[in-house]
Amino acid sequence: MSAVLTYALHYQGEFNKNSLGAVSEGAKLAKELGGEAAAVVVGEGEDLTDELCASLGRYGASKVYRARAPEGLAQPVVDVMAKVIRDDGFKYALFGGGLLGFEIGAGLTARLSAGVTMEVTAVKAEDGKLVAERPILQDSAIVDVGYVSEPGIIIGRLNAFDAVESGEGAAEVVDVDVQLEEHSSRATMVQRGEQRGADVNIEDAEVLVAGGRGLGNPDGFEMCEQLAEALGGAVAATRAVVDAGWYPYAAQIGQTGKTVAPKLYLAAGISGAIQHKVGMQSSENIVAINKDPNAPIFEFSDLGVVGDLNKIIPKLTDAVKAKRGG
Amino acid sequence: VKICVLVKEVPDAAVEKRMDPDSKRLDRSGEKNLNPFDTHAIEAAMQIREGGAVEVDEIVAVTMGPDTAFRALHKAVSLGADRSMHLTDEALAGSDVCATGYALAKTLESESPDLVLLGQQSDDGECYTIGAVVADHLKMPSLTQVIKIDVADGKLRCERQAEYGYDTVDVELPAVISVGDAINEPRYPSLKAIMGAKKKPLDTKSTADVGIEPDKVGERGSRTAVLSLNPPPAKEAGEIIEDEDTNETVERIVVWLEERKLLA
Repeated sequence: MSAVLTYALHYQGEFNKNSLGAVSEGAKLAKELGGEAAAVVVGEGEDLTDELCASLGRYGASKVYRARAPEGLAQPVVDVMAKVIRDDGFKYALFGGGLLGFEIGAGLTARLSAGVTMEVTAVKAEDGKLVAERPILQDSAIVDVGYVSEPGIIIGRLNAFDAVESGEGAAEVVDVDVQLEEHSSRATMVQRGEQRGADVNIEDAEVLVAGGRGLGNPDGFEMCEQLAEALGGAVAATRAVVDAGWYPYAAQIGQTGKTVAPKLYLAAGISGAIQHKVGMQSSENIVAINKDPNAPIFEFSDLGVVGDLNKIIPKLTDAVKAKRGG
Repeated sequence: VKICVLVKEVPDAAVEKRMDPDSKRLDRSGEKNLNPFDTHAIEAAMQIREGGAVEVDEIVAVTMGPDTAFRALHKAVSLGADRSMHLTDEALAGSDVCATGYALAKTLESESPDLVLLGQQSDDGECYTIGAVVADHLKMPSLTQVIKIDVADGKLRCERQAEYGYDTVDVELPAVISVGDAINEPRYPSLKAIMGAKKKPLDTKSTADVGIEPDKVGERGSRTAVLSLNPPPAKEAGEIIEDEDTNETVERIVVWLEERKLLA
């Protein structure tokens, strides 16, 4: 029985970590349902070798469907997965967190009249069916969502599923030939994966001072840099300020940026949207400074400071320097 | 070209949102407002019109929702839409993403837009997916989280941040584009525009008017069911300092950091 089909995103000959987490989760769930776990890979490049595809077997996929179609866009993948699900009767489609997973899952929902649950943090098998657990309303409640028909579509939250090498062998690689829908060919990738701004390393830092929109303007980052220097750490940023061009992309934390877990994460002027939270919630100590007492970040910070960061941060920098002898 | 902008009425940001434990649906009582993410989509439509690279004949705000949702349409019109359309029907209550996407697609079909714009997410549902659902029904190319749109040669050149950096994608019209909030700073409506919004045409449609099959929407047409509603795992509340005397605040932060050996 074909149970769970997982999409595995790759780029330049390597699978995305969240995708490997999803493949592992799919394998675990398929086992609980008493069926087979498979994965789908889509791309045009020569990096999509038999060996690379078969390596998903280590994460529990017994079969990998490979289709030659444009990379980095959702709609061709919708066409491929819809065909595989229809032909081979998969009961569930699973995605790791990430932009493409959301888009592909949503497209499949329409194509297959399928139920979809997004931002899923856990999945369980009950009576031969899957139930998805989803936090809602800024994580203030959790709903258990079931599917009233097959297939069901599950889109995970970033980092929700761990990549687990289950020690199994290579997966069987099957090439699928798919006629793309007309509309799937009407979007064309011009440039992919452009890096904007300086290259900075935030993943190895034990202390991060992260700045958000609440800094008010790009100059606010100078203040963050001085505090980071005093603390012996580095500076990170939210997506909002990176997209606004205030700070380089390489420093971005969250859904489409990096995932970090430093000893100290000091958030300055960051409201704490879910997209940011998923990239830093494993930090050992979270300190937040924000003037809005209702900012969601105070719900998951260890120390919250309600106040004007322009007043607090310079004085804090001086005090830290005095202590650390900087 | 004709641009349709999908908008939604959501609980006001100041209202504490909660689930109704009986229906397991969002309690939608209390003050409501236009979904803030949608104002970026309306602004994007206005900038395409003002940019002049393509002639925009009409900007139409489209919503699905209960009777009261016309207020979100008034707001959308005050921000620049020429007219609006309200799909409302008892039969739609309880629609999940699958059913909502279908209903919105049928409504849009009746307008034959060249471009559908929407915000990246709703402030209440946080689903991020409606654009891609609608696009598949309409058989149009689609992108979400777009932060820059340039119109040239009847095509859209879109930029967005994806898994591996910034992507630039050309999209042919007709298309469905969901915009990220970094795309623009929405303008404030003038008093005149606010007053005038109520006089602009507003079409109210039922499901039958736009050819929606009744068994594909509402609770009956939904493919997911909320089985239970639970509180989140308990997390010990963090310490909060309200800054009154900044010197004292800083001293308390330093003590807190020292206790955790973070200033070593």
